[in-house]
Amino acid sequence: MTGAGAGAGAAVPRGRSRRRLRVRPWRLAAEGTAVAVALVVAFPLYWMVLSALKPAGEVRSAHPVPWTANPTLDAFRRVFGQQDFGRYFLNSLLVAGTVVIASALVAFLAATAVTRFRFRFRTTLLILFLVAQMVPVEALTIPMFFLMRDVGALNSLLSLMLPHLAFSLPFAVWMLRGFVKAVPDTLEEAALIDGASRTRFLWQILFPLVFPGLVATSVFSFISTWNDFLFAKSFIISATENSTLPMALLVFFDAETPDWGGVMAASTVMTLPVLVFFVLVHRRLVSGLGGAVKE
Amino acid sequence: MSAVAPVPGAAPPASAPAAGREQAPAPGEGQGPGQRHGRGPGPAHARGRLTPWLYLAPALLVLGGLLAYPVWQLGLISVLEYTQAQVSGGEPTSFQGLANYAELFSDAQFWDVLVATVLFAAACVLGTLAVGCALAVLLTRVRAVPRLLLMLAALGAWATPAVTGSTVWVFLFDADFGPVNRVLGLGDFSWTYGRMSAFALVFLEVVWCSFPLVMVTVYAGIRAIPAEVLEAAALDGASHWRTWRSVTTPMLRPILLVVTIQSVIWDFKIFTQIYVMTGGGGIAGQNLVLNVYAYQKAFASSQYSLGSAIGVVMLLLLLGVTLVYLRLLRRKGEEL
Repeated sequence: MTGAGAGAGAAVPRGRSRRRLRVRPWRLAAEGTAVAVALVVAFPLYWMVLSALKPAGEVRSAHPVPWTANPTLDAFRRVFGQQDFGRYFLNSLLVAGTVVIASALVAFLAATAVTRFRFRFRTTLLILFLVAQMVPVEALTIPMFFLMRDVGALNSLLSLMLPHLAFSLPFAVWMLRGFVKAVPDTLEEAALIDGASRTRFLWQILFPLVFPGLVATSVFSFISTWNDFLFAKSFIISATENSTLPMALLVFFDAETPDWGGVMAASTVMTLPVLVFFVLVHRRLVSGLGGAVKE
Repeated sequence: MSAVAPVPGAAPPASAPAAGREQAPAPGEGQGPGQRHGRGPGPAHARGRLTPWLYLAPALLVLGGLLAYPVWQLGLISVLEYTQAQVSGGEPTSFQGLANYAELFSDAQFWDVLVATVLFAAACVLGTLAVGCALAVLLTRVRAVPRLLLMLAALGAWATPAVTGSTVWVFLFDADFGPVNRVLGLGDFSWTYGRMSAFALVFLEVVWCSFPLVMVTVYAGIRAIPAEVLEAAALDGASHWRTWRSVTTPMLRPILLVVTIQSVIWDFKIFTQIYVMTGGGGIAGQNLVLNVYAYQKAFASSQYSLGSAIGVVMLLLLLGVTLVYLRLLRRKGEEL
């Protein structure tokens, strides 16, 4: 973090900038603004967790206060007690996990093909991957519903995995390209000269090297799958035991008089895994986006 | 599949750190002149013509079956008569030509929703870009601790799933128990009752959860501008503002283009926030956007053909955006 202070005065020699900035009220104003914005941005999440921990009476108070003297896990107990919330949680994890792994593997192969090989239609394919990202997923609910019905996947978790695999794939390929490209070609040549087969190079050398990128890419497939309630709502009609977390959350939410403590507790439970995932990979995420942004 | 298990634990080959370092400066490299290593010497993969196709096969299979085929079906349904009777197989489907589209285009609500969608998406894109860019610049002006705080807060907003983001924001602005109305002294003003205030509420949530991407990407872009370039500008006597306008902005253009296009696409397709926050499109459908409208037509009133026709309209509009994007990329001579 030595370069931290240099950001503002990158164009000015170091010592001078430091002296000048001390008298300049600008930076203090900027830092005050940054902290204030950070507080505002973080406030909704703080309020979510706070309301989940407040006793029911305080949540339904006409004069809510941004603290609580009596934190309680009652709301979480209500959430996990009602319906098969735990089961929905596992369903969500299962669907998102399957999609993440499948899409990472498929996207890794495809990204390798389009970055490390030159072949006819390569550019066309890349454009197709780009165009595929534009497809409004929700509009495809209609044909997707009929497709799932025809293959007999309706009401099963498969009907959630398959569409999300397809929808997260184009962006994953697009984003992974940067990571695959970053592995130097000389490495591949050396491996091949040393007698490694192409398959061996792919899985034992390239895959581990690209793995951090795969993890970063996975965040996006994880989120879009974890988030989904439209397919769950449309495809899981009669088998409620195959429902997912967002559906359970919306049950709390849609009630005539919502149990806000419950809604916030359920929201917390749903947000937490993503948050953890994000914090773990955020550095890679930025460089990955850079890679996706590059071209 | 078996390859997955050993990887996380296994010690990566000795060159792993090197590759890791190579990725790190990637976001910035985009502006540097020496970044186009795509064509260059490249691996001479004359051998194994089939290999790339072998690698692509799973992806193409998935996309063909689960994306291309549904898109084709969407188009097909939009020119058929397709209601509950056809779904259950009670009546055969019949070809309608463009009758569904004619019906759609003569429907005043469709135009109303279309205009609302475009305006709302435009507002969201502008809001997201403005906030994201402003905060990215702010980040370059502050020391480590405030920057870390802002980054962490943004990361939290970014990670929040759209569904939970929506429920939390509705609660924050709740007429009876929300803190916002108390702080602003709005009494029991209901944000979701009026059309504009409901759109405004969704707008705030959308900007909240989408500005972090813009902020982080643009910030990385600014940091990647070589210090020598800025120094040279300063030595030449360029003012702060002049440096910003004539050096920084042009160098950021590729990144700005990408985040703009991504925002356009995402915001035009907004579904979850509208659906959850306004209860499926607001009172009497006042807050409908195309995506929600298509869904309601199809699944709430079983007019699958009309729903599909709306889907096709959206698809074409987004395709138009994509083509503009590709043109801009091409004009800059970027290599895919």
